[in-house]
Amino acid sequence: MELVEKILNGDIASAARLITMIENNREDAARIIKKIFYHTGNAYIIGVTGSPGVGKSSLVSDMINVFRKRGDTVGVIAVDSSSPFSGGALLGDRIRMQDHEVDPEGVFMRSMATRGNLGGLSSATRDVCYVMDAMGRDVIIIETVGVGQVELDIVNMAYTSIVVIAPGMGDSIQAIKAGIMEIGDIFVINKADHEGVDAALSDMEYMLHIGADKKEWHPEIFKTVATENKGIVELVEGIDKHRKYLEDNGLKSKKFYSMEQLIDLIKKRIEKRILDNKLGKDNIKKHINSILKKEIDPYTVADMILDDAGL
Amino acid sequence: MTVDNKIRVLVSKIGLDGHDKGAMLIASILRDAGMEVIYTGLRRTPTQCVNTALQEDVDVIGLSILSGSHLTLVLKVIELMKAKGVDDKKLIVGGVIPDEDIPKLKDMGVDAVFTQSSTYLEMIDYIKKATGKEDAST
Ligand SMILES: Nc1nc2c(ncn2[C@@H]2O[C@H](COP(=O)(O)OP(=O)(O)OP(=O)(O)O)[C@@H](O)[C@H]2O)c(=O)[nH]1
Ligand SMILES: [Mg+2]
Repeated sequence: MELVEKILNGDIASAARLITMIENNREDAARIIKKIFYHTGNAYIIGVTGSPGVGKSSLVSDMINVFRKRGDTVGVIAVDSSSPFSGGALLGDRIRMQDHEVDPEGVFMRSMATRGNLGGLSSATRDVCYVMDAMGRDVIIIETVGVGQVELDIVNMAYTSIVVIAPGMGDSIQAIKAGIMEIGDIFVINKADHEGVDAALSDMEYMLHIGADKKEWHPEIFKTVATENKGIVELVEGIDKHRKYLEDNGLKSKKFYSMEQLIDLIKKRIEKRILDNKLGKDNIKKHINSILKKEIDPYTVADMILDDAGL
Repeated sequence: MTVDNKIRVLVSKIGLDGHDKGAMLIASILRDAGMEVIYTGLRRTPTQCVNTALQEDVDVIGLSILSGSHLTLVLKVIELMKAKGVDDKKLIVGGVIPDEDIPKLKDMGVDAVFTQSSTYLEMIDYIKKATGKEDAST
């Protein structure tokens, strides 16, 4: 199969096209993923999450500089929400990636919209990771706006999850509310040139201290100024340290595939097989009509459909 | 979820002039029309634009140019699109373009030009028709 070979050779155009097929939820994408899966597992996946505007993309861009200097190739997946009204999306994370757009062999970035398809998004992101991994990218960075469950799912597929906050505006409290504190392996207080850094730092130290005895890994906190490239080398050293911790304890290979991921995929495949292939929109509409006329109840319809599918 | 074809558009500002209000407005309008817009912001070079179009696998490359050097910049973009094999994507140009330059741009290979006298609806319609993708906001 030609496309598979091209991707394994790192061909950007082929990878870009496959990613579109994944995003469009096409069955031929699944056929190719089945083949390239056997060539994955070499990339180190890093998740970067945090509230809008805290400086995630700026940090990612700075981190890429460090990775590129050591000769690592990088893949970036930047996830932003689709508008629930129009279904469109404004994907602006590239604004900060200017320097890397002249280095396509070294940095391959893809912007993804959530497409309101919440169940499918984390498995689509996972598939895009496979593509970049199979292309031979050494490091993959996933940027998401850390608010919803889906974003948390995505960050969970990373080996090292970085939670970014900025001082002031009660941002650290926000982070705690969203349950984001539990998922961070590393915490970054960016915009350390702003006032309130010390307050943010002590808030964060306090929060981390509370959960500390439950955990083997004690997250480190870094202060950065992404716009001035400050604290970035230290941050990447922190990532290396966490990576070594995972590897030394045999945790990295376990993190590569989790039960949640398989369950996620099974749900997606059921949806595809039954709703798309077998049932189709017209049939669903017929059932809805019967339900509206109270000829039948929704549970019976759902069970009937599953029975028909042999489940 | 069923197969879900979204129109993906790159909106990029090439040239050296300093503000991107117009490009940003167009990006929002296309988003509101149901498209996925990859917005790169200011001062992109033709090389950056074409590399981005390739990686993002957009259907349409939309260039906003106010600097007056549109002819040279666009020519460079078209050469790179050919070199990188992405000349199947639609190329549209918007901004301050003198009328006499519109045919020149089209001769170079630009698919459509939108000036200040065009309406946003014209642009949206053009993109939907040219890409042959339905507006997926069903
Ligand atoms: N003063 C200061 N500004 C910063 C710093 N880091 C980023 N910024 C600015 O903060 C703004 C947002 O930066 P981004 O990197 O786009 O933030 P983001 O978190 O990726 O934003 P979204 O993707 O929209 O959620 C930009 O104007 C940056 O220049 C910093 O360390 N200090
Ligand atoms: Mg960002």
